[in-house]
Amino acid sequence: MLNWWLPENVSTYGQEIDWLFHLIYYITGGVFLLVTVALLSFLVIYRDRPGRRARYTHGNTPLEIVWTVVPALILVVLTFLSVPAWSRIKMTMPQTDFVVQVTGKQFNWQVTYPGPDGRFGTADDKTFLDEMHVPVGKPIRVNLRSQDVIHSFFVPQFRFKQDAVPGREIPQWFEVTKPGQYEVPCAELCGFGHSGMRAWVYAHTAEDYTRWAAENLRAGAAPAAPEAKKEPEKPVAKTGGRAKK
Amino acid sequence: MSATSATAHAHTAHAAHHEVGFVRTYIFSTDHKMIARQFLFLGLFMMIIGGLLALMVRWQLAWPETPVPGLGWVLTETGGILEPSQYNMAFTMHATIMIFFVIMPILAGAFGNFCIPLMIGARDMAFPFLNMLSFWVAALSGVLMLAGFFVPGGHAAAGWTSYAPLSSVPEYTGTNWGQNLWCISLFVLGVSSMMGAINYITTIINMRAPGMRLFRMPLVVWSLFITAILLLLALPVLTSGVAMLLFDRTLGTNWFKPSGGGEPLLWQHLFWYFGHPEVYILILPAMGIASEILPVFARKPIFGYHAMAFSMIAIAFLSWVVYGHHMFVSGMNPALGMSFMVTTMIIAVPSAIKTFNWLGTLWGGRIQFTVPMLNALAFVWMFVIGGLSGIFMASTPVDIYIQDTYFIVAHIHYVVFGGSIFGAFAAIYYWFPKMFGRLMNTALGHLHFWPTFVFFNLTFFPMHIIGVGGQMRRIYNPLQYEFLQHQQHWNVLITISAIGLGIAQIPFVINFFWSLFAGPKAPLNPWNSNTLEWTAPSPPPHLNWGPTVPTVYRGPYEYTSPESREDFLPQSQPPLVRAGTSRH
Repeated sequence: MLNWWLPENVSTYGQEIDWLFHLIYYITGGVFLLVTVALLSFLVIYRDRPGRRARYTHGNTPLEIVWTVVPALILVVLTFLSVPAWSRIKMTMPQTDFVVQVTGKQFNWQVTYPGPDGRFGTADDKTFLDEMHVPVGKPIRVNLRSQDVIHSFFVPQFRFKQDAVPGREIPQWFEVTKPGQYEVPCAELCGFGHSGMRAWVYAHTAEDYTRWAAENLRAGAAPAAPEAKKEPEKPVAKTGGRAKK
Repeated sequence: MSATSATAHAHTAHAAHHEVGFVRTYIFSTDHKMIARQFLFLGLFMMIIGGLLALMVRWQLAWPETPVPGLGWVLTETGGILEPSQYNMAFTMHATIMIFFVIMPILAGAFGNFCIPLMIGARDMAFPFLNMLSFWVAALSGVLMLAGFFVPGGHAAAGWTSYAPLSSVPEYTGTNWGQNLWCISLFVLGVSSMMGAINYITTIINMRAPGMRLFRMPLVVWSLFITAILLLLALPVLTSGVAMLLFDRTLGTNWFKPSGGGEPLLWQHLFWYFGHPEVYILILPAMGIASEILPVFARKPIFGYHAMAFSMIAIAFLSWVVYGHHMFVSGMNPALGMSFMVTTMIIAVPSAIKTFNWLGTLWGGRIQFTVPMLNALAFVWMFVIGGLSGIFMASTPVDIYIQDTYFIVAHIHYVVFGGSIFGAFAAIYYWFPKMFGRLMNTALGHLHFWPTFVFFNLTFFPMHIIGVGGQMRRIYNPLQYEFLQHQQHWNVLITISAIGLGIAQIPFVINFFWSLFAGPKAPLNPWNSNTLEWTAPSPPPHLNWGPTVPTVYRGPYEYTSPESREDFLPQSQPPLVRAGTSRH
């Protein structure tokens, strides 16, 4: 029912997040319906009528125990179900040779590839502005950094979110399952250009990615030009670039 | 403090008093009831400002970059169109004002001051002068906060959470004195809260009437007692935090600047170590108010009095160990995230207990749908939604996606508007006769409640939906993002409902001020309640009772008791000695 509202998921662990989301949605929805039905029926049944006298009772210990223990058990189960996904997403890093560095700054995402030597901070690094190209079906390691304030790298369709904190490098990962282009908004308030700070992730098939890398990441390639961005036309929005420095 | 038994009638504000001067009666009063009224007026005044700021934010989100009606007078250079920096300022100040200058002054300030002495049978607070000071320091803090709107560079624009380094380096927001005043104002407010908290705690521990044992106290007093303890322990953390932030901004220290060896996450730890107890400071008094009002209008004892008191104590203790759930994706060690998930799941249990006990209170009652009761019932129902939506964020993997979206905005508004503000309305309608000695108008009360309830849900429920769709908080223009284009119609609906919610408050304003000056005189005990404040005159004179304070013989919720022919049995009514019964 509510998955109609979730954006399409195109990452491997996104399914686990969506599954948990729906599980909680049905549990809380069920509890809400029960409480609402009880509340409304009590209001109707026990409304003030002539001749009614309220029941004199101070409570019921077995009942108190039941409605303490049952929610506690449900929540314990939810916790145990959440732990494996959390540790897989945030606490472990799958083996991968694909590493990019993403640096947030007011108000762009700079995406750096290590170049042929596979090391960052060398002369053959290639940096792109607000665009990232990745192959599908392969774990992508992203080292998140920030130059100024806290930003948050948010890819709704990957169910990926991580704050980029100045002064530290935060390794994260995702794996895309479907080629396409996906929006990367910034999810943490970062100043007056926070809204509109956005990159695109282009997920290619393996052979398309190899072609792209050969053209753009080899040693002699011209530095990536920001105007080469294939940003689609904005249908309605009148702004977008206004707050860019 | 002068020990005269002068009666200070709020509605005869022009009659100069012959024993205590006008200034000592109405302005620098040490009487807890006058201080309560002052806090109430401060909160209601600030609520108007906070609400208008919210409507500016909503207008921009529904019809981005169109002139906000009526704002052209203020923003002459843009003709009323909010610039991104002004938009950031608007939502920052909306949240700051609503949290620190509306809910805290009304719930903790006004009803804390009004209820505690009257309901435990004390003649006044333990430290009346400190009490007066706590209001005037809070008022000074409010003036400082409002002054920020008029300084060059505008007011604070880093969100009410003011995450460093955005907030700690002036160049990042372009705000200089606005953010400094934000820090100074909250520092001053922290001092005020400490004075109030010390006062509440001392009064409850030391000044209860004869027979008023701890477990004969009304639950609203319990909730205010626990709130005061939280205030005492949490506010100093914020106070030191904003001092550090101010030093970073003005003196060149490097608490939060990584370039100088500081740590941005330190601010978040400090802030949320205060901030999570703070959200319970906002909701606990409302829980107490609901626990007070439900038994009165169900004519039935509260279900599970001890469970209610202990669950509040449990919430207070646990609130210190859940704060990290605001930081699951902040870069904090994910292993810590796991432990905070466990504690957050645990803290949902006492809230569930309270909800079921409220339902148990209604079960088998004789429910009278008065205006305070309607607001209290709305509180219960909306708090259920707010509590259940919190479980989504408690699960860390789901929070990865939900964090910083409108789902969070929906959650916080269901708890602090659907919870705290409905609680505040319930309290105002319930205690108004005692506070001001006049009855409020029931028809206007319904005219206020029903549209407020409907528009509240129309405003905040769709925020869950656009949050699940991925709309981030604090963005200026959702149309800048392709993946949000398809749900813009929700933003329009939310804004129209928010305007309706604003308009729905007009009957309340009319009702409040009309009743204040021209309402029918209130009887001693208009609701047939049991607690002690209804044994004092309406409004209570200075020192509350005549020569002797009432003696307490029983708990506060003896409604429809078999001991009494009436359906209520006041706490101070001596037990009937039946003929023929002998003690063994």
